[in-house]
Amino acid sequence: MSKVTLDHASASDVFNADEPYVNWHDETLWFVRHKRDKSSKQLPEWEALRQTASDIKHYVLSHLDTLLETFERKAKENGVHVHWASTAAEHNEIVLGLLRKHNIDRMVKSKSMLTEECHMNDFLAKNGIEVIDTDLGERIVQLRNEPPSHIVLPAIHLKKQDIGVLFHEHLGTEEGATDPQYLTEAARQHLRDKFLTRRAALTGVNFAVAETGGFVVSTNEGNADMGAHLADIHIACMGFEKIIPKQEHLGVFLRLLARSATGQPITTYSSHFKKPREGQEMHIILLDNGRSTQLGREDFRNSLKCIRCGACMNTCPVYRRSGGHSYHNAVAGPIGSILAPNLDMTKNADLPFASTLCGSCSNVCPVKIDIHDQLYKWRQVLVKQGHVPKGKEIGIKAMSVVLSQPRFYQWSGKLGRAVMKAMPFVVNNSLNPWYKNREMPEPPQESFRDWYIRNRK
Amino acid sequence: MSAREKILQQIRLNKPEETELPKNIDFDSHYEDREAKFIESLSAIYTEVIVVPDLGALRTKVEELYGGVVNKASTIPALADWADFSLQVTDPHDLETIELAILEAEFGVAENGAIWISDNHLPHRVLPFITQNLAFVIPRNSIVSNMHEAYKVLKDTTGWGCFISGPSKTADIEQSLVIGAHGARSLVVFLVDHA
Repeated sequence: MSKVTLDHASASDVFNADEPYVNWHDETLWFVRHKRDKSSKQLPEWEALRQTASDIKHYVLSHLDTLLETFERKAKENGVHVHWASTAAEHNEIVLGLLRKHNIDRMVKSKSMLTEECHMNDFLAKNGIEVIDTDLGERIVQLRNEPPSHIVLPAIHLKKQDIGVLFHEHLGTEEGATDPQYLTEAARQHLRDKFLTRRAALTGVNFAVAETGGFVVSTNEGNADMGAHLADIHIACMGFEKIIPKQEHLGVFLRLLARSATGQPITTYSSHFKKPREGQEMHIILLDNGRSTQLGREDFRNSLKCIRCGACMNTCPVYRRSGGHSYHNAVAGPIGSILAPNLDMTKNADLPFASTLCGSCSNVCPVKIDIHDQLYKWRQVLVKQGHVPKGKEIGIKAMSVVLSQPRFYQWSGKLGRAVMKAMPFVVNNSLNPWYKNREMPEPPQESFRDWYIRNRK
Repeated sequence: MSAREKILQQIRLNKPEETELPKNIDFDSHYEDREAKFIESLSAIYTEVIVVPDLGALRTKVEELYGGVVNKASTIPALADWADFSLQVTDPHDLETIELAILEAEFGVAENGAIWISDNHLPHRVLPFITQNLAFVIPRNSIVSNMHEAYKVLKDTTGWGCFISGPSKTADIEQSLVIGAHGARSLVVFLVDHA
């Protein structure tokens, strides 16, 4: 865990120090985006599916209270314990309390971005509980003592050489071995032992169904099921927006989720949990942690429709060239940048600016969240409420003065062109952030306005 | 006030104006030849599909394919005396050494090769995951086109069920696909004409 949190731009500078590495990161994610395109284009009804998913989620937002009450009632009828947590701290205390009650100090966990959001592993470690992440990518970053850099592909920022070194140190693989097959087999053996010896398993939740009181967990590796079906106690943690009304709605969402995430038609395992197995205890924790506040922000509430597929990250030119860790938030990329300011405007004021507003995120989003519009709107909220650095604020205000006065604007343009022509060193230097990695353009002879006036006759 | 009350109150205060659920949630992509599409979907994820006329032929095929294997288990009555690993255990951890499990499952989905299996057909939920290798046996006429149809068929009232599509896999190391992450290292699907 890094102690000093750099803002997105500074962290990106560090990430960009190694150009071949950044190019590789960029291409790897673009490859995943491409697989999503190929997969989605095989379904003529793709756009209708997206709209339907978005509409179902809108219904969910407008009926959240009653859906959650129904879900709770059904889940209890199924013999599942339901817990409610207002904050991350409450969530973590509930998990700790359940483990203490059963005298358990070691637990396996499958992928749950929610527990990342709550910094649960750190909290449990401080309280003497060992948590083993069992998704391969998550285990890799856990051994490196860093958070996942992507919600679906947690170790996408690492090369196989990095993982070879890591596994040699922690799992005793051969020095210099980098073959993914060999490294994965070593992790399989290492984690199989954990599945067989841990009495508690924690999983995330992809969808919870109000109608049945059940919930669905999707994985490719089978780690959620290996953990949950062997453990005495299964704890499932979810943000309350993961609720959907009916089981048949899973048809819509499961068709969209994996295709958007990795281009697969469905994940290997879509596990539908409803009742604990005989002798097992099953718990569900419903977390708010700012979600009910976001629900009240009209411009931003649609962000709660997110199904965590990661498509917006894979397509984002800024994410691909700055890496997930630059976003200093459990969820990175475009969606993370519209969720994070709701949690803490001061700490996350930089994130809505980490975008070109190109709109690609909104175009690939399977539930049609207006991500780039929300990024733009957050910028306005953040500047108005004084959360951006003075330098940026002064710059924005100066722009506003220039752009709102036509004569002043014309004069500034003329002056700019003259200066760039006569004294190019004024802009071609490292004090100008636009000069980084690019040459400034040749100044044009005249402005478009001058050209237009001359040629109109 | 409890967390529950606090959350529900805040939601009631902040939720948007009520909207309706979409009426139609059933979309096209019905395949003329569902079986061909099912086989295509599964071969793309390294899964072999074998058609057999009846359970007798299944037995012959299984003996031929898995002659030398030890620690094999099955939930199919016709394979009961062929299996050498008893599923009559109380602790699921005891299944750890199973090499091959041949399991009765319910139906398949053409668009993605997923197969539904549930408490209905399983003595232990962990069985399809903990076994090193897995085979499913489903009726040949049970393949539906897509997930919308799947949920129409699915009237499962048991406590747990899963769509399984191919062997366990991961691409977490440099996006290189590796088969056999934590679950089964291989999957074979038998379609039986007259089960």
